Amino acid sequence: MNPNYKLPAAQDSYSFGFLDEFAKREIRRVILKAISIPGYQTPYASREMPMGRGFGTGGLQLTLAMIGPDDTLKVIDQGSDDSVNAVNLRKFAELTCPGVSTTESTADASLIQTRHRVPETALREDQVLNLQVPYPDPLVIVEPSEARRKVMHGEGDYARLLTKLYEDLVQFDEITISHRYPTRVNGHYVIDPSPIPRYDVPRLHQAKALMLFGAGREKKIYAVPPYTDAEPLVFDDIPFRTENFHTADGKRRPCARCGATDSFLDELNLETGGKAWQCSDTDYCNRQLAAANDREVTP
Amino acid sequence: MGYVAIKGGEKAIDGAADALEALRGGGQPSGPDPLSLDAIEHQLRLLTSRIMSEGGLYHPKLAALAIKQMQGDTLEAGFALRAYRSTRPRLLETPPQDTGQMRLIRRISSAFKDIPGGQMLGPTHDYALRLMRFELAEESPEPFRKMAAQFLQNAPTDTLPDSFPKVLDALRKEGLLPPKPAHRNPAFDITRDPLIFPVSRSAALATMARAETGSMLAIAYSNMRGYGDVHPTVAELRVGYLPVMLPHPVTGELTEAGEVLMTECEVIAMYEPDDTDTGKDAAPEFTLGYGACFGHNETKAISMAILDRALQKGMHDGPANASEDPEFVLMHIDGVDSMGFANHYKMPHYVTFQSDMDRLRATRSKHQERGQDQQEVSHESEL
Repeated sequence: MNPNYKLPAAQDSYSFGFLDEFAKREIRRVILKAISIPGYQTPYASREMPMGRGFGTGGLQLTLAMIGPDDTLKVIDQGSDDSVNAVNLRKFAELTCPGVSTTESTADASLIQTRHRVPETALREDQVLNLQVPYPDPLVIVEPSEARRKVMHGEGDYARLLTKLYEDLVQFDEITISHRYPTRVNGHYVIDPSPIPRYDVPRLHQAKALMLFGAGREKKIYAVPPYTDAEPLVFDDIPFRTENFHTADGKRRPCARCGATDSFLDELNLETGGKAWQCSDTDYCNRQLAAANDREVTP
Repeated sequence: MGYVAIKGGEKAIDGAADALEALRGGGQPSGPDPLSLDAIEHQLRLLTSRIMSEGGLYHPKLAALAIKQMQGDTLEAGFALRAYRSTRPRLLETPPQDTGQMRLIRRISSAFKDIPGGQMLGPTHDYALRLMRFELAEESPEPFRKMAAQFLQNAPTDTLPDSFPKVLDALRKEGLLPPKPAHRNPAFDITRDPLIFPVSRSAALATMARAETGSMLAIAYSNMRGYGDVHPTVAELRVGYLPVMLPHPVTGELTEAGEVLMTECEVIAMYEPDDTDTGKDAAPEFTLGYGACFGHNETKAISMAILDRALQKGMHDGPANASEDPEFVLMHIDGVDSMGFANHYKMPHYVTFQSDMDRLRATRSKHQERGQDQQEVSHESEL
């Protein structure tokens, strides 16, 4: 190397959205393909991002490939806007996408990037949800080889997945899959809906918003387009069950903070001992709280 | 009933960055000077080599900066270099380079006692005794700075050729090795295309060239120990500076644009019964494995050469061992991917764990009900 070479004193500016235009174009094309074949895991090159693989690089590449200066971005992790990783990703978007506004309000966002939750507030047609995906393939629990899984998907061969569900019922009287519940999209491909709880799976079905799934490390993008069937894999005589937030005597637990009885709850171990249950979706919780305060002020 | 605050993430991240930076400072006001990139690049040259090859970018200065910034974490440093690289556009496709033209600092063959051009041990720890040299603990700068100049003064310059012939060429002439393929397929660019199995050998070699050294060594070692049977002989291992020939922007003629330090290893493995490739009557030949990486990293080049041989066998006959399975090997040797995912488990998983607890509680209550049922049944039968 040239012995007189000196590193530049500062990083020259990044392109809008960090990714170069070639990378964005590739991702946009792949998104179009993913929408055209609902549930199909479309391979893409997947660039290295400056945060760890597994920290949302797939969802982030979707977001950065789509975002424009007139977008309003919301980033959540575990339902929370202020979770460490959500903060990190949002700061990165602010750094590399000048002009883009960010929000914590689900209703105000045009683009929402999320990890592990679908917002409680119903999404609209003009919104896009980008879900971060660690494992894009629901068949991985029964078949380790990607080459063989690809054939199984093509043939719609989900027999081994159904056998696994059946074996669960024989062994435990319950299906033991807690999150990442296998979901059939548009009657063919079964997807891993990302590690959302079962509580959120029905929200994919005939949703008004476009739902995109990005797996950065595994280099796949797939979609549940708007108004598309998304049905959890179950048996005719065994109903799909979401997480149970009822007390032993059958009462629905309310959120300890806002009192909502229609949201997914985090179970907290309090310093004083004992437990509390609280909304995982912080924007929803804040809204319920504000509404309750309004009711108190104007009875 | 209490609840917890839902704010604080941003403050926590800022605090973590400050704490990390404080430790980089060494903790004491009278501590040592900050590391110079020059010191890292040259005194930790093997570390710099490793970061360049795992980062997939030949840039010693940036590699040194990554090492400094990441406080010596090889995985993080390789990752930083890779993330920097991913923002750069691809300017052109590099034509195949001729490693026969390398300006060597070291080349050995374990196949032949003597090779055209001769064995040249060069800088290696291979035969150094791994005894602690306590005199290095307190080194005075004067003699330290003179070491290289003294070495070069005593080195014979006139007898050394610019380049050395490749050992394999001699074997090829004898017909003991398959000839070089007449037709070359275009190289697979792993930075622009995802791996979709089955993949080409080009894709496999590119993936291994920037793989994490330890990960590749582990899988190659499994083959060496018996989960596989490559039984390699190192035909040639060479370390040196490869002139990089690029098409001239105006004339299109290949022009030397600079040079990169590289390690290259070619292993010969025992011959395979010939079946389909060259017809039934062709004479048996040795088989080859190829490894090459940026920088001086012999462990990596040897591991890669062994895995290349193992993977070629697996692609041909079907994998009989993990090290012969392209998907198993190529999907598990990338340091950026594997360390990222291992570390992601530290992120909040409250929601999924809540869901896990829900399932466990549900199955436990079913289990309890079943136990009660069984107890009732057994009571009845006792009566």
